[in-house]
Amino acid sequence: MAILTIQSLNLQIENKILCRDLTVQIGENQRWGLLGKNGAGKTTLLHALIGQRHASQGSIQLDGKSIYDLKQRELASKVGILFQQGIEALPATVFETVMLGRHPHTQPLLWDDQKDIEIAESALAAFDLDQLKERDVGTLSGGELQRLALAMLLAQTPQLFLLDEPSNHLDVAFEVKLLSVLTNKVAETSASLIMATHDINLAVRFCENIILLLADGESLVGRSVDVLTEENLSQAYGCPIKSVSSGDHRLFYPA
Amino acid sequence: MIAQKQILLLIALTVFCVASIVFSLLSGSVDITVAQLSQSIFSSEPSLNSQVLQEIRVPRTLAAFVTGGLLALSGAIMQVLLRNPLADPYILGISGGAAVGALSAILVGATGFWLSNAAFAGALFSIFLVFGIANKFGNWSVTRLLLTGVVVSAGWGAVINILLTTSSTNNVQSMLFWLMGDLSQSSVNPAHYLLLLVGMVGGIAVSRSLNVLIRGELLAVSLGVNVTSLRLLLFFSASVFTATAVTIAGSVGFVGLIIPHMLRLVGARDHRILIPSCVLLGGSFLVLADSLARTLIAPQQLPVGVVTAVIGVPAFILILRSTIRK
Repeated sequence: MAILTIQSLNLQIENKILCRDLTVQIGENQRWGLLGKNGAGKTTLLHALIGQRHASQGSIQLDGKSIYDLKQRELASKVGILFQQGIEALPATVFETVMLGRHPHTQPLLWDDQKDIEIAESALAAFDLDQLKERDVGTLSGGELQRLALAMLLAQTPQLFLLDEPSNHLDVAFEVKLLSVLTNKVAETSASLIMATHDINLAVRFCENIILLLADGESLVGRSVDVLTEENLSQAYGCPIKSVSSGDHRLFYPA
Repeated sequence: MIAQKQILLLIALTVFCVASIVFSLLSGSVDITVAQLSQSIFSSEPSLNSQVLQEIRVPRTLAAFVTGGLLALSGAIMQVLLRNPLADPYILGISGGAAVGALSAILVGATGFWLSNAAFAGALFSIFLVFGIANKFGNWSVTRLLLTGVVVSAGWGAVINILLTTSSTNNVQSMLFWLMGDLSQSSVNPAHYLLLLVGMVGGIAVSRSLNVLIRGELLAVSLGVNVTSLRLLLFFSASVFTATAVTIAGSVGFVGLIIPHMLRLVGARDHRILIPSCVLLGGSFLVLADSLARTLIAPQQLPVGVVTAVIGVPAFILILRSTIRK
């Protein structure tokens, strides 16, 4: 069954059309890459999926219900997003911050539920932050802050993960780690994931499906192997792109 | 997570609160000892002491506590709403509106009831003026609200200056007292206690959402906070708390700005703790400041706003210094 159905979606900012007649069905345990050049509308599309940008036409349905009919809290308990800017380093401990991810689920007013604490702790552990639990967020490095933002998203336990440039500030080792943690999480919980990235090769390695935003609001939707071709990518980015293959790996590079 | 340390903070603040109230009841031109205080609380026999307490000190102490509590609560809320550490209860021009109302009332010779009502009406007018302008196009971003508030404040400031420069010397004296914040003419009624109580309980009820909202609108939305209605609620409740506080005591400075900051610095960053702490510390701070205002140069009285500023300015500079060091 499809988790998310985007039907004939049109998105525009002022007069610029970012998305025209976009139709995508995203099912359980699927990983989607969202590619397109700077300003193509990747972030706008992700924000539209949490109801922060009204579509000029078309519908976005989650489990068969329009997202505009859902309460903010209900939507947040099902769809979680990692923003491109990550999180701000406001004065708080790492643990206090990751607990915010539980917000859409927390019930008791004053005390924290033991279950919420456990989920938050395991989210920290998943990104190797458990040793930093009591540290002040202001003292974290850029990479640690990005991992904290990812841990917060994990603590939110959404059915649909939206990631805007998740590998920002991360070294290669953590990039690989991030992908494996998210892949496992998506598989374990029958969730799904959409990742906007400027790194074509990251999308190749990690996503079996692709939404490729072209100029003028056109888009290509389909399996990664079909969509990610030299020709399509060259058209999307407006610069010649070639690929090499080594074993199972395909690598794209600007020619 | 609410750590033990934070519970201890609440207990310490409660103790401080009781101590400040006792101190306030004991200080003044008539000497009352602790023994006499407890005697007049527990016996119904009329005496000079119990008369002084019942008619002068208890109402004034309560007025100070309610005013301080409301201001600190409003300051904490404004700082979340505007996401600005320099936000205070007066930043959106509410006190300016109240001041123009109050000063106009003084100008025409009104006192007591009518003075209070004029101040409250001025505050309400300013709230709706700011909201109306900021909300004109259905788009009230934080920056827009803040700028509107600051500009409206400046406008009120000009009107206040006109009133001060054109009034007789006699009136100017009362006007300055009002502007600096003064509890000597204050009276509170049960509606005021109720407002403080409802404000605190309501603040605690939305405290989890406040924890998220202070991190930015977009993040709050993504974590399920209904930002539009929460911000409306915060704007109007903080405005009413401020309007009530200035109606009771004039524009007492610094309580609403420094109390939330002091508490955040000692670790009360979670609003579940910060909100009740603000009420306790804000209230106690003003009770202490008012005790000093009454006794420092007795039999003359200082406006309480002067005392809070004298304590508040150095405290705020210390806070700024420690933030920079981080």
